[in-house]
Amino acid sequence: MPDMSYQALIGRKNEIMKKSVGIDYSQYERGNIAFDYEKLLSDSGYSLDEIMRIQHQSGVGNTPLKELRNITALARKAAKPGFGARIFVKDESLNDSGSFKARRASISCYHAKKSGYTGVIAATSGNYGAAVASQAAKYGLKCIIVQECFDSRGIGQPEIIEKARACEAYGAEVIQLSVGPELFYTFLRLLEETGYFNASLYSPFSVKGIETLGYEIVKDSLRLNGREPDAVVITNAGGGNLTGTARGMLQATDKKIETIAASVNLKGLHMASDHDFNRKSFTTGHTGFGIPFVTLPDRSDVPRSAARPLRYMDRYVTVNQGEVFFMTEALTVLEGIERGPAGNISLAAAFAIAREMPEDKIIVVQETEYTGAGKHHQAQLDFARQNGIDVRFGDPKDEIPGESIILPARIEDIRVEDIDLDGLRDSFIRNAVKNHTSVNDTDIDYLCEETRATREFVTSFLEQSGIKREED
Amino acid sequence: MILMKIEKNTWVQIHKILLNPAERTANLPEDTKKVPLEMWVKGYLLSSANIGDIVIIRTRTGRIEEGTLVAVNPSYMHNFGHFVPELLKIDDIVKSAVFGSEKDA
Repeated sequence: MPDMSYQALIGRKNEIMKKSVGIDYSQYERGNIAFDYEKLLSDSGYSLDEIMRIQHQSGVGNTPLKELRNITALARKAAKPGFGARIFVKDESLNDSGSFKARRASISCYHAKKSGYTGVIAATSGNYGAAVASQAAKYGLKCIIVQECFDSRGIGQPEIIEKARACEAYGAEVIQLSVGPELFYTFLRLLEETGYFNASLYSPFSVKGIETLGYEIVKDSLRLNGREPDAVVITNAGGGNLTGTARGMLQATDKKIETIAASVNLKGLHMASDHDFNRKSFTTGHTGFGIPFVTLPDRSDVPRSAARPLRYMDRYVTVNQGEVFFMTEALTVLEGIERGPAGNISLAAAFAIAREMPEDKIIVVQETEYTGAGKHHQAQLDFARQNGIDVRFGDPKDEIPGESIILPARIEDIRVEDIDLDGLRDSFIRNAVKNHTSVNDTDIDYLCEETRATREFVTSFLEQSGIKREED
Repeated sequence: MILMKIEKNTWVQIHKILLNPAERTANLPEDTKKVPLEMWVKGYLLSSANIGDIVIIRTRTGRIEEGTLVAVNPSYMHNFGHFVPELLKIDDIVKSAVFGSEKDA
C-alpha cells in the first residue's frame, strides 16, 4: 500500500503523470530552463486533417460563423462616423456538450481509447467537464470529473452545480470539493488509483484539438466575406483556447490576424479564498486564471503546458462582469440567441474594440457556450445579489469585484482595459528563472520565443535580475 | 424521531473531510486555512444505513468510497434565480438604440 499522505503523493507526481498522460516530458527539457515546445506538440502524432476527421465523427466542429448585424448596429451607435467593425461570432455552443471545450476533449478521449486506457479523468469546474464526459460516453470510456464546487458553508456556485449535472447526465462520476488548491492531491490520488488517462486541459492533445477552431474561423470568413478577419477575440483563462486558435489560424493563412485575449476583471479576489469563492460571477475566463497562466504556464497539471498564450497574443484586454452580463442580454434580445455569460466575455471585449475599428473591418468573437439553469446570466446575477453583491446600473469602471456588479447605463460605457504585455513578459521571465542563477544561449532563445520579445529585452532583463550567462 | 433505514443499493451522496485545517497546504489565504478540505461524491449504498452514518458506496465508475451519508437520491435544485428586472431595462436600452424607441415610431 503506497503512502497516501499529501507530501508522499505529491512526491510521486512525475511518475503518475508519465503513466497517465503517456508522455515522458523529461525528453523535451533543454538548457537550464528551456524545453522544445514544437517537438512536444508535433510528437503528439495528430495532424490537422486527422483531428478534423476525428472531430467530424464525434459531433465536434464545423460550427456556424454568424454575423451579428444588430450587435454591430448597436456598436456603431456608440462609435465615431465610419467606425464600428462588422462583428461575427463562431457559435461554438452547437458542438456536442455545448462549448468549444468539446474540441479539446475529443482528441484526449480518442487518444485515451486508442492507447488502451479504460477511463479518463479531468480536473475542471468548467465546460470542459461536460465535454470530457460527453466524448467519453461516445467511446465507452469511464469518466471522473473533479470539481472545486462548494464553499465552507456548503453553498455551491450555481454554474458549477449545473456542470456537475451535465457531467452526471453523460454518465460521469463527479467528485465535488470545497475551495482549495489541494484539489490536485485528490486528482493525483484518483489517477493513481484508477490508472485512467489524464485528460488534462494542458496536454498537447487538448491544445491541438482547438487548432481546428482557428482554422475554421479563417476558412469561414474567406467563404462568407472573401477575406480573412482582421481581429479575433478569444477568452483567456488557462491559455489553451488562445494558443490552439492562434496556431490554427497560422495554418490557414499567412495574413496577419490580430489575436486579442480577453478576460473578466476579478482584481482583488483571491482564487483560493473560501470567502471570495461565491463572490465572483465567473468561474473561468477571468484574470485570476488568465494572468497567472500567461506568466507561468507550467503551473498546470502536467509538467509542461501545451498552452503558451504569450507566444501568440498581440493584445490582452479586460472587461468587467457587468459589461459581460449586459452584452449577454443584448445578444439574446437583439440577435435572438440565448448563450451563457462565460462564453460572452470575448463578445463584450469585441463590442468595445469594434468601435475603435473602421466599418469595413471584420472582428470575430471566437466562441459561445450553452446556457441553462445555474449558468444563465439571470441565475448568476441573482446569485450575486443573494451573496451581498451590489448589482446596479452605472459606469462599469467603478465596479469592484466581490462588492459590486455595475451594468453599463450607456452603451458607450462598455470599454476594454489593456494589460501591458511588456509587464507580462517581465513576469514570465522572472518566473522562468526563479531558483536559477544562470542561463545559457538555448535558454535565452527559448525566452525570446516564449515572450516574443527581442533578445535585447530578454538579456537586459536578465542582467538587471543578476542572472549570469553560461557558455552552451 | 424515528429514522427511516435507507436500503442497500439506494443511490446516495456522501460527505468526507479529506484534510483537516492543520493538514492543509501552506500558502492558503487565512480564511481557507481555518476550514477543512471537504469532498462530496455519489454512489450506490453497499449496506443499509441511516442519514449521518459512516457508509461505504460504489461510485459510477465502480470505485469504493467511504464517508458520511448526507442525501438519498440527491436532486438537482439549481434554477434561474429570482427575476432580475434590470434585464428588462437592458432590453429597452439596446432595442431603442438599434430599432428606435416606441416614442419615435
